[in-house]
Amino acid sequence: MTIPEPRLDSLYQQLILEHYRSPRNRGEVEDPDAQVHLHNPTCGDEILLSLRVRDGRVAEVRFTGQGCSISQAAASMMTQLVTGRPLDEVPALAARFTEMMHGDAEAARDRSMGDLRALAGVSRFPVRVKCALLAFEALQEATRNVENPVPEE
Amino acid sequence: MSGSAGTTATDTRATTPDPEVLRRDFPALHQEVHGKSLVYLDNAATTQKPRSVLDALQLYYTRDNANVHRGIHELSRRATEAYEGARRKVAAWIGAPDPAEVVWTRGTTDGINLVASAWGMEHLGEGDEILLSVLEHHSNLVPWQLLARRTGARLRYLEIDDDGEWVLDDLPRLVSERTRIAALSHVSNALGTINPVEAVVEQVRARSDAVILVDGAQAAPLLPVDVRALGVDFYAFSGHKMCGPTGIGALWGRRDLLEAMEPYQGGGEMIALVDRYASTWADLPHKFEAGTPNIAGAVGMGAAVDYLASVGRDRILALEQELVSYALERLRDVPGIRIFGPRAVERRSGVIPFTLAAAHPHDVSTIVDMEGVAIRAGHHCAQLVMRHYGTPATARASFYIYNTRDDVDRLVEALGEVLRIFA
Repeated sequence: MTIPEPRLDSLYQQLILEHYRSPRNRGEVEDPDAQVHLHNPTCGDEILLSLRVRDGRVAEVRFTGQGCSISQAAASMMTQLVTGRPLDEVPALAARFTEMMHGDAEAARDRSMGDLRALAGVSRFPVRVKCALLAFEALQEATRNVENPVPEE
Repeated sequence: MSGSAGTTATDTRATTPDPEVLRRDFPALHQEVHGKSLVYLDNAATTQKPRSVLDALQLYYTRDNANVHRGIHELSRRATEAYEGARRKVAAWIGAPDPAEVVWTRGTTDGINLVASAWGMEHLGEGDEILLSVLEHHSNLVPWQLLARRTGARLRYLEIDDDGEWVLDDLPRLVSERTRIAALSHVSNALGTINPVEAVVEQVRARSDAVILVDGAQAAPLLPVDVRALGVDFYAFSGHKMCGPTGIGALWGRRDLLEAMEPYQGGGEMIALVDRYASTWADLPHKFEAGTPNIAGAVGMGAAVDYLASVGRDRILALEQELVSYALERLRDVPGIRIFGPRAVERRSGVIPFTLAAAHPHDVSTIVDMEGVAIRAGHHCAQLVMRHYGTPATARASFYIYNTRDDVDRLVEALGEVLRIFA
């Protein structure tokens, strides 16, 4: 079986480029409940994610950092999606998005993924998948830090 | 390809070799990638291999395969001869006076670690200093960081200016009697700077008794290296960046230093006599070659040296710089481009790092890949260089002897596609 060539327009959809140019929730949350700094050691992508929780929900989540269009758009779309959502939904959303990045067609059609669906084409570019996952990894770590806070000295 | 590296072959190529002709020798260059003919511009990471190297590997395994320096039998004799013959070729390539001073390694990284461990652990202590430069590849930084942590030595850094050139004026401040080792690259992998190693050697010698190690990974494929003329103590390089196989490299060291050093690893091959509680070491270079070595790799690296010698040891640099000069001229017209490294072409290797204002290097790399053009994006194992320029990553096109002006044109066209998508 020959696998058709992945196409660039499936990767660089307008919605991705739009989030890249005008990212949502860029910056730092004032007085955050958790703050996570993650690196992608192979390529140098970097994200600083800060999170504020109110009544068990994501009250505010913001990011700064540097990276390619995929990592920046994914961070923008992710923050948009999870703002206002219960914190305990985060692992399931992250898992669903990871499935999408691994080529799961059903996950790619899942409306609960919001704008992140535009990133479905990334699964055809395996070396770029880690770029798309970085933001969710940071959010999951931040969520864990809120749930199990590191005791202060 | 052309025949041996003999005088006749060299004489018939009195003019500059033609990349169009050389490319025929490299099977991997003749393929389609994503439906486009491949343009391979990631040579600073690894070069492609000529047919003669692939044949040498095949011939070794199909005819001569045996362990070296072990058996009395015919195959072992042939394998040993091929292995030691390759050592002589590799020694000659860098002007090493004696092949016994050339130790086979897994590559440049392995050679540097060998010196850091076998020389450094014996000679460095609290308060001693190691001189490095911010241009170094991680393979010439991290082994010294490990050594410093174990011995209490300090790292000192030679800085670079905005052209990617060492700030030599700082040397008097950086080098003193405390300096025990200076470990510096001959050619930068991240910027392509051809470094003035001779000038540093002079200053280091004048101010210290430091041992000088040169990382020659990017230089050995490019320059007519002469370790004696350079006046250094160790020179490490890799086979795979000069048309040879991966997993093989060589470390040249001054005989008196190598002889005084303890072994790097223990095992078979590196011993003279083994007793219950102690052993004595084999002569150079075998003292540093514990275990069955990468015999086929060594044979392949010897064949790679033969190939490059047939191209002309003194012509490779000119060939590269001619193409780089064309590439710089074409690339300068790309909107929003920033090109890193020395301004003068004669100070540059075949490496051209750049960024585009419109798109991140990873996006650039993905898009040009879909156009069949292979370049690298990232920090190029040189995060200190990236930090100097305040950029987390660059795109890097790196050329070698088989690249043509067409390849440059294809790159420029592919960058046009990047600009179209990110318009």
